[in-house]
Amino acid sequence: MRPFAYGRPRTIEEATRVVADDGAMAIAGGTNLLDLMKLQVETPEKLADINRIGFGEIEDTQAGGLSLGALATNTATAVHPRVRADYPVLARAILSGATQQLRNKATNGGNLCQRTRCFYFTNVDQPCNKRDPGSGCGAIDGVAKLHAILGTSEQCIATYPGDMAVALSALDASVDIATANGEKRTVPVREFHCLPGDTPWRENVLEEGEIITAITLPPPVGGTQIYRKVRERSSYAFALVSVAAIVEMEDGLFTRADLAFGGLAHKPWHDPRVGEALIGQPPTSETIDRAADILLADARGFGENDFKIPLARRALHAVLEPAAEGAG
Amino acid sequence: MSDIISVNGTPQRLPDDPRTSLLDFLRQHIGLTGTKKGCDHGQCGACTVIVNGIRINSCLTLAAMHDGDEVTTIEGLGTPDRPSDLQKAFLEHDGFQCGYCTPGQICSATAMLQEIANDWPSDASEDLEGPPQLTGEEIRERMSGNLCRCGAYANIVAAIREVAEKSA
Ligand SMILES: Cc1cc2nc3c(=O)[nH]c(=O)nc-3n(C[C@H](O)[C@H](O)[C@H](O)COP(=O)(O)OP(=O)(O)OC[C@H]3O[C@@H](n4cnc5c(N)ncnc54)[C@H](O)[C@@H]3O)c2cc1C
Ligand code: SF4
Ligand code: FES
Ligand code: FES
Repeated sequence: MRPFAYGRPRTIEEATRVVADDGAMAIAGGTNLLDLMKLQVETPEKLADINRIGFGEIEDTQAGGLSLGALATNTATAVHPRVRADYPVLARAILSGATQQLRNKATNGGNLCQRTRCFYFTNVDQPCNKRDPGSGCGAIDGVAKLHAILGTSEQCIATYPGDMAVALSALDASVDIATANGEKRTVPVREFHCLPGDTPWRENVLEEGEIITAITLPPPVGGTQIYRKVRERSSYAFALVSVAAIVEMEDGLFTRADLAFGGLAHKPWHDPRVGEALIGQPPTSETIDRAADILLADARGFGENDFKIPLARRALHAVLEPAAEGAG
Repeated sequence: MSDIISVNGTPQRLPDDPRTSLLDFLRQHIGLTGTKKGCDHGQCGACTVIVNGIRINSCLTLAAMHDGDEVTTIEGLGTPDRPSDLQKAFLEHDGFQCGYCTPGQICSATAMLQEIANDWPSDASEDLEGPPQLTGEEIRERMSGNLCRCGAYANIVAAIREVAEKSA
């Protein structure tokens, strides 16, 4: 690891100031940042340990939703009684990720900001436009098994690897942000992560000096909630494809279908047209195929990850057929 | 820096170089070599220790981030003369071959039993809200962060199961 200065801001104002003015990087759980610092993918000169600025609570909101503090751990979130009762898709998504030891340290803010697992990105001897702009993309003509099939660019085909944010996208949660000049703003999770475009180094909409303070969940949405993660082994692996679904049925027809997908793109993928295609329809194989056609109309594989196109379709079937039974 | 960390009940001064991981601090600065380094990247669990009652990977955290915390390592769980229940069960069930992963397995399992007592669900729990069932599948999922190169898994699960059933 390269040498760095270490500090512990005590307030959010102090934290945003050291990040904005002194170029410090925030460290929360450290499970992603320290991993990348050991590989010299990240080489901050200063670390601001934000674990003592507050924002570790999980609290009811006035609207009847739930506010998940950015510094609350993934474990504290997944085991919270209201998350288990009212937002099971979120509890399931978190529990499907990493391991208990990692979730015990990982925070909600850090989880949203975790970097891609593209192995060209994490190997400093390889070209990568995300890590080293202009150096090229090793993955496009290389080993691209984990990579994206939707929303890719000539510059970068990496995926956002997390699980939690996929459930948050289906739930239409929002991200509360403290800005460097002492203000607050809120961004829907669905708009928090970016597509790579010509700026693959930019993974989310945070501006310099901004720190996430919380994630806000809407009032309970009910329905049948499912998180299905397809991976190479049945535990402790990143998703190849994942689906978060909140489904309701009436008289054998879909009345609600909020869907988000992981492993397909540089962000949790939410295309409202996919759910809309299901509304008012029975849960037949044909209906689900039509929804999958819409989801995958612009999908493009890069050789090794071609399998993700049929896999995403099958995962959608696997989620919606039993969900329809559960919600019937 | 005058920061203090408590390790197995003994206060220790935190290192001056902020780059020191909690794992390197335990092994190299205060000589507690029971905690092992496998991958140094959060992937194997050999470095698992218990901090304020919670299990974490000591390789992916800085010692400096633990000012005021209480750390328990394998040395703090028991001694050859007075082993903990899990330490005894690992011996009785041959829950290891080379033994390299064992301190991490036992620290992890110790904290895991508390998590089950807290009714925390896992990815293997059918019901998110009820108390978890003590199935082999539950134990394997909850211990998935501890790899064993020797493949002693069957006996590790048996050892944990025995202690879990006794304490349940
Ligand atoms: C072996 C392994 C397996 C894993 N498997 C999975 C998996 O299957 N699914 C999954 O979803 N994840 C997985 N993870 C990733 C894990 O979930 C993340 O490492 C973790 O969530 C990051 O949280 P943290 O608090 O440790 O972040 P840190 O490492 O502290 O920070 C990560 C980034 O976020 C920034 N940051 C942190 N907090 C804030 C904030 N409040 N505001 C603004 N920026 C902030 C930091 O500056 C840094 O850039 C795995 C990790 C490992 C090591
Ligand atoms: S896919 Fe993106 S992250 Fe991976 S090598 Fe290409 S530019 Fe880098
Ligand atoms: S050494 Fe920490 S997880 Fe492998
Ligand atoms: S006993 Fe050898 S690695 Fe587990």
